[in-house]
Amino acid sequence: MIYNKRPVTHNTNLKVVDMPEGYQGEGFMAMQLSKVVGLARKNSIWPLPFATSCCGIEFMATMGSTYDLSRFGSERLAFTPRQCDLLMVMGTIAKKMAPVLKQVYVQMAEPRWVVAVGACASSGGIFDSYSVLQGIDQVIPVDVYVPGCPPRPEAIIDGILRIQDLVETESIRRRDSEEYQELLNSYGIS
Amino acid sequence: MLNNKFVFDKLVEKFGEAIIGYEESYGLIAIYADKEFNLKILQYLYDDEEMGFRFMTDLTAIHYPDHKGEELIVTYLLYNMRKNLHLRLKFALDINEPNIYTASNIHPTANWQERECYDFFGVNFIGHPNLIRVLNVDEMDYFPMRKEFPLEDQTRRDKDDEMFGRGGSFNFGRFNV
Repeated sequence: MIYNKRPVTHNTNLKVVDMPEGYQGEGFMAMQLSKVVGLARKNSIWPLPFATSCCGIEFMATMGSTYDLSRFGSERLAFTPRQCDLLMVMGTIAKKMAPVLKQVYVQMAEPRWVVAVGACASSGGIFDSYSVLQGIDQVIPVDVYVPGCPPRPEAIIDGILRIQDLVETESIRRRDSEEYQELLNSYGIS
Repeated sequence: MLNNKFVFDKLVEKFGEAIIGYEESYGLIAIYADKEFNLKILQYLYDDEEMGFRFMTDLTAIHYPDHKGEELIVTYLLYNMRKNLHLRLKFALDINEPNIYTASNIHPTANWQERECYDFFGVNFIGHPNLIRVLNVDEMDYFPMRKEFPLEDQTRRDKDDEMFGRGGSFNFGRFNV
């Protein structure tokens, strides 16, 4: 067999996510729906990168083969808000950009999550000035903040993992709750 | 021979009292003049064969809060491409009446430069075709580059003043301040 002599071998060291707890017998399995949904959502997050400056460069490294964010199920970046679950804001957001960012967030379908990557997106960073938005949480709700200026790819991956924790454990009815509606209303999003 | 002295002498000869002052640093001439004559001077510098300043490199303003009655200085940076000579023209304005005639009919470049100048310093260019903000948000109700406004964003409550050099007890180098 000539194929066996090729130096390239396929990686068989695959990691498979554990099955949620449940009661199973022959041909059936019973478990909580929220756990199945959480499992599915958690491992197939579609990120929407909103990169405006140097943190975006770090994110490119994160998506590259060395750090490879795809390992965590975020294989596909999409540049359309309507298909995405996770808005990743990376970089300085000027006040003039704030309505654009809000529009992008509004266009995303529920459930949606937001991660603010880097000091500028989290708090305005060093740009304590008349033209820069002092943190994107002034216009949209944020789930996870990644500190750093800019954060290393490991930090961005850690932020994604924290988002995965949130996604996995989120109650199915959270988005219908009054508290959530109140949160959105406080940002002027209905 | 076109040089700094020649330009200044010709302008004084032509406009007399309207030319207020003269300053030269690093070989670059700056001429202070009466703001009412800005268009006439620019037009003369553009049309005259010997002058030929037909390229506007930049137009900006400077705010000197201590110069009472002439707080805003509008500066034109002109260039003669053939003779490779730069020229600065400065016109002082009162900050309470920051009015000056627009140069956008002589140098089309001035259109956006004047809008930016209005955006940041609030200089009112009379006759400008579209004097609205160009870089800042439309809702902004002040002119941020004027020195009466602090550089920092004053709307924040949660930033630690010590970390941004606003008061506090930071003194890393133990300087006498």
